[in-house]
Amino acid sequence: MKALITVTGTDTTGIIAKVCTYLADNGINILDISQTVMQEFFTMAMLVDLSKSEKEFSTVSDELASLGNSMGLVVRIQREDIFTLMHRV
Amino acid sequence: MLYNMKDIVSTLDMIDRQHLDIRTVTMGISLLDCCSGSVKTTADKIYDKITKKAENLVKTGEDIEKEFGIPIVNKRISVTPVSLVGAACAESDYTPLAIAMDKAAIECGVNFIGGFSALVQKGFTESDRKLINSIPSALACTGRVCSSVNVASTKAGINMDAVALMGQTVKKTALLTADTGGFGCAKLVVFANAVEDNPFMAGAFHGVGEGECVINVGVSGPGVVYHALKSCKGQPFDVVAETIKCTAFKITRMGQLVAREASERLGVPFGIVDLSLAPTPEKGDSVARILEEMGLEKCGTHGTTAALALLNDAVKKGGVMASNHVGGLSGAFIPVSEDEGMIDAALSKSLCLDKLEAMTCVCSVGLDMIAVPGDTSAETIGAIIADEAAIGVVNCKTTAVRIIPAPGKKVGEIVEFGGLLGSAPVMPVHEFGSEKFISRGGRIPAPMHSLKN
Repeated sequence: MKALITVTGTDTTGIIAKVCTYLADNGINILDISQTVMQEFFTMAMLVDLSKSEKEFSTVSDELASLGNSMGLVVRIQREDIFTLMHRV
Repeated sequence: MLYNMKDIVSTLDMIDRQHLDIRTVTMGISLLDCCSGSVKTTADKIYDKITKKAENLVKTGEDIEKEFGIPIVNKRISVTPVSLVGAACAESDYTPLAIAMDKAAIECGVNFIGGFSALVQKGFTESDRKLINSIPSALACTGRVCSSVNVASTKAGINMDAVALMGQTVKKTALLTADTGGFGCAKLVVFANAVEDNPFMAGAFHGVGEGECVINVGVSGPGVVYHALKSCKGQPFDVVAETIKCTAFKITRMGQLVAREASERLGVPFGIVDLSLAPTPEKGDSVARILEEMGLEKCGTHGTTAALALLNDAVKKGGVMASNHVGGLSGAFIPVSEDEGMIDAALSKSLCLDKLEAMTCVCSVGLDMIAVPGDTSAETIGAIIADEAAIGVVNCKTTAVRIIPAPGKKVGEIVEFGGLLGSAPVMPVHEFGSEKFISRGGRIPAPMHSLKN
């Protein structure tokens, strides 16, 4: 299953490193990555593939959220369809 | 990046700050096979069937919510109008059937179950009368059961006997639930041209033309539309309409996605997406504020009907492209107590019952969640229902009345319902009576344009 991980909040060092380490440890492959500062907020988006991950989607979602919390950021994972369908005819 | 960062940020913004949510995933269940000769066995069959069919509804809704990161506020159930299911019962009180529905709703974890209903637009069966007579006690002794009665249609005209009876039923329901401000009436809708696939409460029921079981989804998003309109201040209405259309498309896409997922996971056919803009009492989630953003000083003032007509039409035009089956009520809702801007407009006396009636000519439902003084007569309530029904019948649209004659309350006081149902300022009704009008009974014939064949 493909999903989009988004990280939003104030920019600090090591954000990408920490998120990527978590993903590597859990067998989640990064397919694409992009970041920007928009509306004074740091936003990073990663397209990932969870097909080789042994963890349940909801567990990954909870763990990413608490990882985000520890850095004062909002980290969430959502199925990619929500982004494609909403903005494309 | 395969995705546009601007799009990603905009989606997150809609969910985080503009109250974008899926308002309801409603499972429609046919109870026609629950008919039996007694209320007791029918009630048992109803409970068993609902709890079996909807066993995984809430869990599935929560899973989808988590995976897509979009809130699904309500999971609900609608069933076959109970006047049909109970028709073979010998007893005259259908309250035990409502209690069975309530228990099933609690067991499944849904917050409302609709379908304690009767369709009497042309006449009553014995069972319809039994059901309507049971409504006040059914709504008083259950927490989650919603009831609706269809008293008129463009094809059949208006059943004025039913209108009169519903005026009395609304009053009785208010009195039996006086300790909660007449809360029972918040779960009772009187319809004209009721639809069979409406996922929204309190008027949802599973029509007889529907299949065994179906998933219908209602979207929301007044906050998203309001936010989008902020970016076109002073622009002509062409731009306003276009902006609403684009926004409605995005909102409905979410509904379609959730509907498809829920249908696949539950193994139940997908019915429709209802394109309604459903407000909540939260700040920033109001239909009234959208109208005000179009340039009205206060909702209810001159221009409100035109603004609402544009909004209602643009929502449909934008949404219809985004879903393969659109249905239900589809349009803008204007429930007074459930909309922070409407409450404000009513409190400042900008919004009155007559203006609301005019607004219902151009939007999706009708006089919704309106509190009137507790001493309003059954005949006056009947006459309000008749006016609304006439609008629906003549304009070939659904209209409804969900009115609360709040016991002991006077104009200017506030009735608190809490949660999504909000709080309703008691609005004045006309002082002059309609008793002789309502006591005539009979039927108002269907309009000329019902003869389309």
